Amino acid sequence: MNSALHSILVFVQTWWVELLCAVLIVLVVPLIAGYIVLVERKVMADMQARLGPMRVGPHGLLQPIADALKLLIKEDLIPDNADQFIFWLAPVLSMTAALTSMGAVAFGPWFQVARDINIGLLFVVGVSALGPFGIVLGGWASNNHYSIIGALRSTAQLISYETTAGFALVSGFLLAGTLNVRAIVETQRSDHAWYIFLAPVGFFTYLIASIAETNRAPFDLPEAESELVAGYMTEYSGFRWSLYFLAEYANMIVVASVGTTLFLGGWLRPFPNIHWLGWLDAGPTLLLALVGAYCVYRAGKQPARVQSLFMWAVALACFVVAAIFGLAAPFGHPPLQFMYRGLYGAFWFLLKVSAYIYLFMWLRFTLPRFRFDQLMRLGWHILIPLALINVVDVSIALALTSEFGLNRWLAMFFTTLATLGAAMLLLRWNDKYSAAASATLLADSSIVEETNAG
Amino acid sequence: MMPIGHYLFLSLALFLIGAIGVITRRNVIIVLMSIELILNAVNINLVAFSRYFGDVAGQVFALFIIADAAAEAAVGLGIIIAFFRNRETVLADEMDLLKW
Amino acid sequence: MLDSIIFYFFAGIAVISAALMITRRNAIHSAVFLITTLLATAGIFLQLRAEFLFISQIILYVGGIMVLFIFVIMLVRLDVPLPQIRSGLQKWIALFVALAVGVEAGVVLFLARKAPGQGLLIPNPAPAEKLPPNTEELAKGLFGAYLLPFEIASVLLLVAMVGAVVMAKKRTDAP
Repeated sequence: MNSALHSILVFVQTWWVELLCAVLIVLVVPLIAGYIVLVERKVMADMQARLGPMRVGPHGLLQPIADALKLLIKEDLIPDNADQFIFWLAPVLSMTAALTSMGAVAFGPWFQVARDINIGLLFVVGVSALGPFGIVLGGWASNNHYSIIGALRSTAQLISYETTAGFALVSGFLLAGTLNVRAIVETQRSDHAWYIFLAPVGFFTYLIASIAETNRAPFDLPEAESELVAGYMTEYSGFRWSLYFLAEYANMIVVASVGTTLFLGGWLRPFPNIHWLGWLDAGPTLLLALVGAYCVYRAGKQPARVQSLFMWAVALACFVVAAIFGLAAPFGHPPLQFMYRGLYGAFWFLLKVSAYIYLFMWLRFTLPRFRFDQLMRLGWHILIPLALINVVDVSIALALTSEFGLNRWLAMFFTTLATLGAAMLLLRWNDKYSAAASATLLADSSIVEETNAG
Repeated sequence: MMPIGHYLFLSLALFLIGAIGVITRRNVIIVLMSIELILNAVNINLVAFSRYFGDVAGQVFALFIIADAAAEAAVGLGIIIAFFRNRETVLADEMDLLKW
Repeated sequence: MLDSIIFYFFAGIAVISAALMITRRNAIHSAVFLITTLLATAGIFLQLRAEFLFISQIILYVGGIMVLFIFVIMLVRLDVPLPQIRSGLQKWIALFVALAVGVEAGVVLFLARKAPGQGLLIPNPAPAEKLPPNTEELAKGLFGAYLLPFEIASVLLLVAMVGAVVMAKKRTDAP
């Protein structure tokens, strides 16, 4: 017993930084997910020419806290014939999968729980594959037709697009030559470019697949309000529903982080490792100072005094953070320079992840929803062949580079053209057979018939 | 470092539990799940030996077993679905078409 | 010492979940317990420093095969508990035989090693820090010495895919 305790203490002593990161992830990510919901509502409002939540707190900033409190004090309903154990387990599974997969994601060069594991990014992809269990078990345990149909549709969608996402990531892994998260970002630095420029087809396939993976519009049929009430979440209320919801937004952060690490250069600045563009290193400081200046400019135009005070406070916060960044700069105050890589890296990473999530939201409020058979057709008939062809083409390009000494950029350029040509042929073939294909697909869609015939 | 006997005993325990599951259950789907358990027990055995002898062949074999188990589960479940469509049952006692 | 704690933790979860799995009447409960068993087995793989196999187990077995099982259990709609009418003798015989085999193997594994030159071979495993990177080693094995089984496995998966689609398809067209 004593030696067990001693060995646990030694473990905590050696790995305390990583354990601290893990605790921070579990505590902070639900809060961040709540604020991403607020950002989504504000962005939705902006695209619909209105203001969004404004009442709770200054400019609606306390809205997530109010929502969380409301959900916590709501009555906990369990349907009559529901399976109690599985009804309890399902949201727990979803949330656990989402948070555990964040363990291997490197939010900047310092913040990573599972450092230097061999399988790096594959860990993230694999553990987030446990997400669909929470969905399908939750839908089944609710003892409700809408829930089961929504759960089966959602899980079918998720496992179909997992294959596509995997193949798209493989094309990035082939370029990087490794699965280790840090090594992937370092190879992007030594290649002087983000992999989105070398493998654009892979990036865009991954983008579409990740939208489908997180049940976001336009692939949100399983949880659309006008379709199936709330799909698998119908019978869940209060805290259980908030677990599902937070799991969905945490999943969004995870897929955005994976896409950023592999295709958008992780924590590197734009055009990394090119010396004459080194002035971009001052980007974070300048950006924050600009935002602060904009807040000062808007502060005078606010109608109410409390709102302009709030704007001044935000501007002050921006300037303070910009000053911290400036002090930690490579040309700044020497004792703080060790913070340079960590701070700047984290800033660039979070900026890219935010841009990725903003793209998700932009697409949600622009595009109409896919019908389920159209969704499955897109996944299986178009995206999986495209991703496969992309993997073959990237392999050919790498073989040309290493065997015949061709320039890497040239090889990737030509094979990307070949992939796009194959994609156009694929779409043409699909359109030619699409009338017959969708007819048999509708006749064969046995999911609805099976659940109704039993 | 655990002595290898521990891993072998764990593998044996899972194998026996899987074997009891295959012999005792009526529901054919649970029989299939017990078969998956047996395959997993074998995997633990292979990986333990691979670690202790430093040869990667054990892990390669275990990877093939996982792929094979996936194929077998897919085909087996397809057969169960086809049978269920015809006979409306998945219980092993009631699959007695060839009895006379 | 930490190794022992981790091993006993995962081994305990694996054995208890497996025992629960074969005794539940509700098929979905059995499936959930099989999922925990498979996750515990993946933990054992991780403890044995087989990282790629750990993540393969999670992606393929838990994320693929178990989803398939749960779909099929829902499709056949027999997730309600069934009346058990089998004779009580069969499970006691199975339990007795399993116990006998277990005790026999336990004797061989744990007592026979005391005799020098007999019983179980105790090799010296490499310490964890000196292990080569697992994914690269596995890749060297898979695409080097074991390339033919790799290609055959891909053909096998293709055959299984075609077979599963054919078996589960509905007969919509009359010949």
